[in-house]
Amino acid sequence: MIRQFGWNEFELLVFAARWTIVLAIIAFVGGGIGGLIVALLRTADSRVARTAMIVFIRVFQGTPLLMQLFLAYFGMAIFGFSVNPLIAAMIALTAHASAYLGEIWRGCIQAVPHGQTEAAKALGLHYFARMRHVVLPQAARIAVPPTVGFLVQLLKETSLTSIIGFVELTRQGQIITSVTFRPFLVFGLVAAIYFAMCWPLTLVARWMERGMARATNR
Amino acid sequence: MTPSVENVRVTSRNEDADVAVRMEGVDKWYDTFQALKDINLTVASGERIVICGPSGSGKSTLIRCINQLEVIQKGRIFVDGIELSGRRNIAEIRHEVGMVFQQFNLFPHMTVLENCMLAPMKVRRASRAEAETTARRYLERVHIPEQADKYPAQLSGGQQQRVAIARALCMNPKVMLFDEPTSALDPEMVKEVLDTMIDLANEGMTMLVVTHEMNFARSVANRVIFMDRGEIVEAAPPEEFFNNPKHERTRAFLGQIS
Ligand SMILES: Nc1ncnc2c1ncn2[C@@H]1O[C@H](COP(=O)(O)OP(=O)(O)OP(=O)(O)O)[C@@H](O)[C@H]1O
Ligand SMILES: [Mg+2]
Repeated sequence: MIRQFGWNEFELLVFAARWTIVLAIIAFVGGGIGGLIVALLRTADSRVARTAMIVFIRVFQGTPLLMQLFLAYFGMAIFGFSVNPLIAAMIALTAHASAYLGEIWRGCIQAVPHGQTEAAKALGLHYFARMRHVVLPQAARIAVPPTVGFLVQLLKETSLTSIIGFVELTRQGQIITSVTFRPFLVFGLVAAIYFAMCWPLTLVARWMERGMARATNR
Repeated sequence: MTPSVENVRVTSRNEDADVAVRMEGVDKWYDTFQALKDINLTVASGERIVICGPSGSGKSTLIRCINQLEVIQKGRIFVDGIELSGRRNIAEIRHEVGMVFQQFNLFPHMTVLENCMLAPMKVRRASRAEAETTARRYLERVHIPEQADKYPAQLSGGQQQRVAIARALCMNPKVMLFDEPTSALDPEMVKEVLDTMIDLANEGMTMLVVTHEMNFARSVANRVIFMDRGEIVEAAPPEEFFNNPKHERTRAFLGQIS
């Protein structure tokens, strides 16, 4: 039986896009917090902390997100938790995003001239004040473009969570295609919806960059 | 038995009440390279020391050990009667010691005023109003009160270095360290920075200054120290140092620079 592609089908796509947004927000927030911790430990004085973060980054950058999702999903069962795709996706996306953002931000932190840290130390500022007021604001300026680039990519990658049972935008597109046989129309719409979600991110990035350039005046 | 910090402070205060900085048998290594060899130096409160010597002789390293930007491997350092003891009192020492760098190292994302207010607020827990009053007072002292709301990049090198001096002074330090404060400046700006430092000296600040400005040394220093290959080769009042250097290496160095 072939179904017509109509308003109902369109609505299904839009509802599925909400999952994409939820997953993306989880990944952004989790990755943002995790990435900051990874970046700070990666640039810390402690050799142990640095080495641990290098290992973490290598592992999560060196394995596909798909495998990480699988492992988080089936790992939960093995460790005796009830299998919950949302939590599995949360874990895998957060770890994945933390590794990438951590590495991006490490580079930005290290790009801040060492003299800035020394001047802050000489003034008696302790580690957190130094980071919060001196190093991170300067690192943030250069971090915006690569960060947004990664977030856009991450938003699109949330489609991989369909493998553990999420009916997000891409998966819903496949389902609808299989009953309407209108792949070009359906996937065209899917692509357009992704674009509508990513475009604002790039706009925000441009706006932030401009604001920071004005504030610093360098 | 290791004496507590309090005890150390009391005993050394009694011994030498007017000592600002004391270094005893200090060795500093960068991996396998020894940058400081058995440094012994006592700086009296209010004393002005100029340190000179060839490139790589350890001048920067010496003053950077005083505020623990560098860690020493052997010997002891006292600041204002308190022995430096690694992490434990690192903050306490840095409150007392201000530093001015060759490259200014102002915070580019903050205005001049904010540069001066940051440490008093975050380290000394001063209120915003207090910090601002202090900052404006010191900007006045270095003769650039009108630049308070500009960003560092909008100032000349000489102005930036004076801001850096004001920023350090806002913490009300007992000792000021200067690492070649005029070396990155265009010649016409050197004087304004040196004049600021002379003002500071006249107010009785204890100063250790690494510089090649020998006229400054002559007119301001109580003692001039010559370093070579990680050692203090000679230390003497400027008169004696310039007119009657004792060591061959000092003579050779003075011959080169004059
Ligand atoms: N972080 C470091 N790691 C390794 N070696 C260092 C480091 N910092 C300084 N050195 C070495 O220690 C020696 C002393 O350096 P220092 O910077 O104290 O010399 P300086 O007298 O200040 O020289 P300059 O006049 O060039 O500033 C030099 O040989 C330098 O190469
Ligand atoms: Mg030097």
